[in-house]
Amino acid sequence: MKQLVIISGKGGTGKTTITAAIASMAENAIIADCDVDAPNLHLVLEPEITEASDFHGMEIAHIDTERCTGCNICIENCNFDAIYTDHSINSCKCEGCGVCEYVCPENAIKMINNPSGSVFDSMTRYGPMVHAELMIGEEASGKLVTAVKEHASSLAGENGAELIICDGPPGTGCPVIAAITGADLALIVTEPSLSGIHDLERIIQVTDHFRIPAIVCINKYSINEENTKQIEISCKENGIIVAGKLPYDTIPNKAMIGKKTVIEYADNEFSENLREIWKTVRSELCESP
Amino acid sequence: MKIAIASGKGGTGKTTVAVNLALSIQDAQLIDCDVEEPNCNLFLKKELEQVTEVTSMIPEIVEENCTYCKKCSDFCRFNAIATLPNKILTFPTLCHSCGGCIMVCPEGAIQKHETITGIIRKTSADDENGPELYEGLLDIGQTMASPVISELKKNIDPGRTAIIDAPPGTACPVLTTLEDVDYCILVTEPTPFGLHDLKLAVEVVRTLEIPHGIVINRSGSGDDSVEEYCMNEGIEILMNIPHDTKIAQLYSEGIPFVQEMGQWKEKFIHIYSSIQDRYGREIEA
Repeated sequence: MKQLVIISGKGGTGKTTITAAIASMAENAIIADCDVDAPNLHLVLEPEITEASDFHGMEIAHIDTERCTGCNICIENCNFDAIYTDHSINSCKCEGCGVCEYVCPENAIKMINNPSGSVFDSMTRYGPMVHAELMIGEEASGKLVTAVKEHASSLAGENGAELIICDGPPGTGCPVIAAITGADLALIVTEPSLSGIHDLERIIQVTDHFRIPAIVCINKYSINEENTKQIEISCKENGIIVAGKLPYDTIPNKAMIGKKTVIEYADNEFSENLREIWKTVRSELCESP
Repeated sequence: MKIAIASGKGGTGKTTVAVNLALSIQDAQLIDCDVEEPNCNLFLKKELEQVTEVTSMIPEIVEENCTYCKKCSDFCRFNAIATLPNKILTFPTLCHSCGGCIMVCPEGAIQKHETITGIIRKTSADDENGPELYEGLLDIGQTMASPVISELKKNIDPGRTAIIDAPPGTACPVLTTLEDVDYCILVTEPTPFGLHDLKLAVEVVRTLEIPHGIVINRSGSGDDSVEEYCMNEGIEILMNIPHDTKIAQLYSEGIPFVQEMGQWKEKFIHIYSSIQDRYGREIEA
């Protein structure tokens, strides 16, 4: 079984549009929305939830005010400034390390369960899908991404699926690293703006760092053909395949509004280019060890 | 006062609004808190100098003192230490720097080791043109953005206006960025994805009780659902930036559009004054 992850560094380059399109072309695949901060794939694929499970991130500290003598030892030892001067816990800042519980001389602090989201196993018109919801301001988005991927792997096992397609989050930090871990190939969606190029360079450093093979797709190429050329040259110099280019077009928005993938929406140059991109991605996936 | 620019969804135009706003008003600080992908300086194109390194403390095991008692790895809730019968392993990228392992080690076999996770940079002091930019940059392969953001925010001058470019999403780095700001501009685009993530972002600013308004970017490229939502929820729409090929091209070249399309400067000044009048705090002497 192979794992494809779609990432970008920069947000808004078209990851979800392209993931949804690939989902509608791939056969025998499990779809996973690993952008748990701001998931969008379900808006197009309209999954029907078959099973919802609670997700618990890190436990967080709870102070028993009856026992607390106000000695402040917990406050002095907390490296996250997560305990207010009135000895209540700032749940956004508490990382759940357990240091306060350990140092409290009165046994007034307990680490308690902290429901921080949900993972959904679902069915779509293109096969099984896993997605998630993170409660606002929760710390554990990387951990939730890992939970989504675990659900996707076990669904893949049950269904004898050959591929897991992961829609990744923007950025280069914790949730991105969780999303690309274990992937056989990263499809990086970029755009020919200075920001797109800058963020492409950073995300390639991340995939290199974790030794994930990467392939690039240039979206909205017609905004700046000069920059597009520059991306193509620099990818070539670095031995990275450019799987294809997509023009700047209103098609993705129109398809999205109609809750369709761009492949379903209409046959045109845009969908044709995407089919070619998928062919290249698929053959790269087959070749990956 | 501190005005943050946030969005939920990535790529809606946070940096565009932050940079153009900072260029339109006098004597602003521009604080780029998207430390995973800081892009403000692609538009300002300034020489930056390093202010400081951001470090975190990770454990360093003095193996000759270690008895492999497992107390540290049992305590660590982040799986950053593994104790084998005759070997102990640390995983620095999983470490949250809580210091617990050092406290629980009965042999004094764990020392603090400082590791660099990112840097803070700024425009040089003799550069008096335009806003004073501070940016944070998370090192490649590092997972913890929030400590870099916290360190970066220490450079905010309470006597000036700070325009703060937030990272996308709704998780911890966003909350760290939005903590103690006076106002938040939420940038969205008029599409189902934009609306969905706008609702998440509104939930964040409502939870934090931060006054907020909306900028709709690429207005006209989608549908009316964002405007309907704002009307129903009583959220002010501060500005519509039209879906315009010229703006998109200028963006792709890293040119702030207020520099080429002067009429927009007035509009940003207007937004700023109206926010300042209503939500600006008196500066404490």
